[in-house]
Amino acid sequence: MEFKDYYKLLEVDRTATADDIKSAYRKLARKYHPDVSKELQAEARFKEIGEAYEVLQDPEKRAAYDQLGNRWRAGQEFTPPPEWAAGFEFTPGGASAAEATGYSDFFSTLFGNFSRHSASTRAHGDDHHAKIFIALEDAFHGGTHTITLRSPQVNAQGQVVLQERSLHVQIPKGIREGQHIRLTGQGAPGVNGMSAGDLYLEICFHSHPLYQVQGRDLSLSLPLAPWEAALGATIKAPTPTGVVEVKIPPGSQSGRKLRLKGRGIPGEPAGDLYLVLEVVLPAAETEQAQQIYHTMARELAFNPRHSLGV
Amino acid sequence: MDRENEILTGSVVGDEGVLALEELARACGAEAEWIVELVAVGVLAPQGRETPDWRFRAADLTCARRVARLQRDFGATIEAAAVMIDLLHQIDQLRARLRQAGLDVD
Repeated sequence: MEFKDYYKLLEVDRTATADDIKSAYRKLARKYHPDVSKELQAEARFKEIGEAYEVLQDPEKRAAYDQLGNRWRAGQEFTPPPEWAAGFEFTPGGASAAEATGYSDFFSTLFGNFSRHSASTRAHGDDHHAKIFIALEDAFHGGTHTITLRSPQVNAQGQVVLQERSLHVQIPKGIREGQHIRLTGQGAPGVNGMSAGDLYLEICFHSHPLYQVQGRDLSLSLPLAPWEAALGATIKAPTPTGVVEVKIPPGSQSGRKLRLKGRGIPGEPAGDLYLVLEVVLPAAETEQAQQIYHTMARELAFNPRHSLGV
Repeated sequence: MDRENEILTGSVVGDEGVLALEELARACGAEAEWIVELVAVGVLAPQGRETPDWRFRAADLTCARRVARLQRDFGATIEAAAVMIDLLHQIDQLRARLRQAGLDVD
């Protein structure tokens, strides 16, 4: 596993005081907090910072970490020295076992046995949370989704190690972004005969090349030829459940929305599909096409800037 | 039972209020009193009149967990976190409108 330089991650010296560490953490947390930051990789950076802070803000963990000394560099292959942290007992810090699941192998190897203490005071195992990304099509047809989770487990030596497990989850038809699927008993195991926590999966959609999603409604930008928009036409349009024929009213302009009732995400009620009309001009590349545009210019007496008074 | 291939079916937490006060508190790793405070400052709006009848939706769960993170990571008071939540909500709406207008916002 890779060595983590927690001082470097928090951008402080090894001699930094508790206050220095706190203010460095606050500053970086503001920059990378996934709820407020739009920085690239904010979530991953924030986890690293949180992990570093978890160690350095705790005098016991920091002292144990400092014992490793200056010998290691960030990213270097690391194995903990024998008798690691003998004489230290880690008390549960700010992070719950659930948060610590996002921490590195390096962290869980060094400090993994801390979370044993925290579980015993609760009446249930902790509830866990994860986001899953599904295809929009899954909301139309339902499907199954496989998710791989890392969760802390106590091994034979009494240490907490991160273990991977795969779950196959039924995605119900009609699910929408922001909804959660609650899996009873799939959270943290209960200790001493207590019931296990639940697992909440927050639903997110992969962005779709055609459809924009707003709640249960979808919208689709639908290109039209000028004559289809002007004269009206019956044209084909894709929907998530198949191609349909749509009647375009005469005199339609770009931006006009046509609502296909019930063609959005299924449910009670089903959502709607909005077709946002977009008039596209044929290129005037051939002489014939240019001729037609010239004819329109000559015979239509059309001033598109009438409303601007020019 | 073959756990490897078992397909789990969960319950959906959506727009209908389904989570009771204790369930929401547990899902946030928090105490029920903290949820009551969030309702008092108007961050959460449960269905149901009396506390035992309160039922929370998916949006409440997302929002409460956001407040929990903001409080934990910035030492924010509930009131300050409430303001942050409102502003973040407005930003989300503006981004959604920009995206609808075909503008790249990220």
